[in-house]
Amino acid sequence: MARSIPLASPGRPLWRELRRSPLALAGGGLLVILYLLALFAPFLAPYAESDIDRERFFHPPTPLHMRDATGRWHARPFVYGSRGGLDQTYQVDTGRTFPLRAFVRGARYRLFGCLPGDRHLFGVDPPGRIFLLGADETGRDVWTRLLYGSQVSLTVGLVGIVISFSLGLLLGGVSGYFGGWTDTLIMRATELLLSIPGLYLIVALRGVFPLELPSQQTYLAIVAILSLIGWATLARVIRGMVLSLKQAEYVLAAEAMGASSLRVIVRHILPNTFSFTIVAATVAVPGYILGEVFLSFLGVGVQPPAASWGNMLNAARSQRVLTSFPWMLLSPGVAIFLTVMAFNFLGDGLRDALDPRRTPGGGT
Amino acid sequence: MRTFVLRRLLQTIPLLLGISALTFLLLQLAPGDFLATMAENPQISPAAIEAMRRRFGLDQPWWTQYLLYLRNIFLHLDFGESFSRHQPVFTVLRAGLANTLLLATSAAFVTWGLAIPLGVLAAVRQYGWTDRTLSFLAFLWLSVPEVLSGLLLLWLAASTGWFPVGGMRDLDYDTFGPLAKLGDLVRHLALPALAVGLIPLAGRMRQMRASLLDQLRLDYVTTARAKGLPESQVVVRHALRNALNPLITLFGFTLGSLVSGSFVAETIFSWPGLGSLTLEALNTRDQYLVMGSVLLASTVLIGGNLVADVLLAVSDPRIRQD
Repeated sequence: MARSIPLASPGRPLWRELRRSPLALAGGGLLVILYLLALFAPFLAPYAESDIDRERFFHPPTPLHMRDATGRWHARPFVYGSRGGLDQTYQVDTGRTFPLRAFVRGARYRLFGCLPGDRHLFGVDPPGRIFLLGADETGRDVWTRLLYGSQVSLTVGLVGIVISFSLGLLLGGVSGYFGGWTDTLIMRATELLLSIPGLYLIVALRGVFPLELPSQQTYLAIVAILSLIGWATLARVIRGMVLSLKQAEYVLAAEAMGASSLRVIVRHILPNTFSFTIVAATVAVPGYILGEVFLSFLGVGVQPPAASWGNMLNAARSQRVLTSFPWMLLSPGVAIFLTVMAFNFLGDGLRDALDPRRTPGGGT
Repeated sequence: MRTFVLRRLLQTIPLLLGISALTFLLLQLAPGDFLATMAENPQISPAAIEAMRRRFGLDQPWWTQYLLYLRNIFLHLDFGESFSRHQPVFTVLRAGLANTLLLATSAAFVTWGLAIPLGVLAAVRQYGWTDRTLSFLAFLWLSVPEVLSGLLLLWLAASTGWFPVGGMRDLDYDTFGPLAKLGDLVRHLALPALAVGLIPLAGRMRQMRASLLDQLRLDYVTTARAKGLPESQVVVRHALRNALNPLITLFGFTLGSLVSGSFVAETIFSWPGLGSLTLEALNTRDQYLVMGSVLLASTVLIGGNLVADVLLAVSDPRIRQD
């Protein structure tokens, strides 16, 4: 039997509502930019991830100039060279200018893990160095590390949310649909997870893995830890929704037609919780990102030389670095803040757009 | 009322058992045989290791081990031995817990001390520029992670020198008089408490604002105004008193979450609390210490929720019914 009635896609009214909310659009737009930056990090970064410069530890940011010390205007923006002094102080050498060049050859990389390349969006000719956001304690470019770090920090949130929300949806669905001892067991498990203070649980779970791990395995361990904790809250809410949804006539119809329990849960009940789940997921992503930041900040997450926003913050936490080289704190700090804010804006907008009590196009 | 409290207390027992089972499971899953690690340490005598093995039944099957673990905890408050500190875990944790509770309580004062006046201000000036500015700042603040706010405060301390950059006591603490000792403690406590207390501020402020606005709409407020009472009296003496009622219960929940929240501040400001201890224990692979602190932190969280529930039942008789 062919379907003859055109079904309205649930995505369409959502998009119509979202377009009306400037904050949600700003948040969504910012996220698109951030994820694109992470995706094209090797190309957008002028240097390689752990490109050390032994002569420029803690080099301050090199501003771009259009006009030089003699008052002459340049067609290309340029940076000045610098001379190192004692105790990581640098003097700008206005005598030497290094013009900014596009598509320069530099360190080799593989884009998306496969496409080889050695062109970088911008750079300056050696011996000049361009540090848009300064250099860190081993002379690595902070802007470059920020981009590579975003590959870790931004994807942890997405991968974590996919795993833990699949778990939460399934377990919450099963719990609400079957009831009985299955329900009791799953709900007691969620209570257990929720009554351990979050950060303590994260640290305790971290103890299950060896402390020294290659960075890829650390990444997987972090995702596993955060997913294991994250499903509980969602499962409880989904269970409540399923309890009311399973009385619906279409569910009875599906059961009468002999659909298996799993099919009823996954195909008929859970899709009706999706508008809630989408909002919950958007709002929850920052929690996962901050989980990685937390672990790496404590030094038990992603280890240098691999970059992550958390271990960049860790490098900035000493008193001397904070007072003398504030770009070490501010660069990852602002990046984390912007990301969390973008997710919050988008989540708020989605919540308003999907709120059933809200009349289309009107106020609440 | 008594049955409600009793029932609520009984409910926490399976929860604590579950948490102890989980921590025990994590102990088992942790890599490495710590007895072997201990044996490599020349400071620990073979006799001590043998005593350890017997005390925790480490040569027994796991269920015996778990029962021993439970019995030691519940009968003797014995959470095991800290390998790195050569002390019972409970002795190590007791000091840490006291420091964490001190930090969390001070942080609660910071949160509520700021949230109540700011929330009242926003509610009284609803939709005015004060309200809008406060709401906007609160919205932005929700996106500042505690690691960042903590580091910014540390930056403030390091660059101005107004506050110590970490620790709990001055080097010359022992030479101070009692008043100076208190002053020293407050100076060390100020920034970590601020860092922890500011985290939930935005949310609490919005709750205070909403709660007061709910009250200001009610008839008795109109009556009070009609009597010709000055607006400040109407707000402070009449509306605020009722508006604070629902927030009392939040206090208990906040205390629990502040224990978790103080983890980050403790590590940033080297505050010798439960969080710092846990991290140190993780790094030195001191498994019993890690699990003991998780168990203790959970107990505080559960206790906070219990207090919150009881307060709720006291203030709202409907809760007690079922």
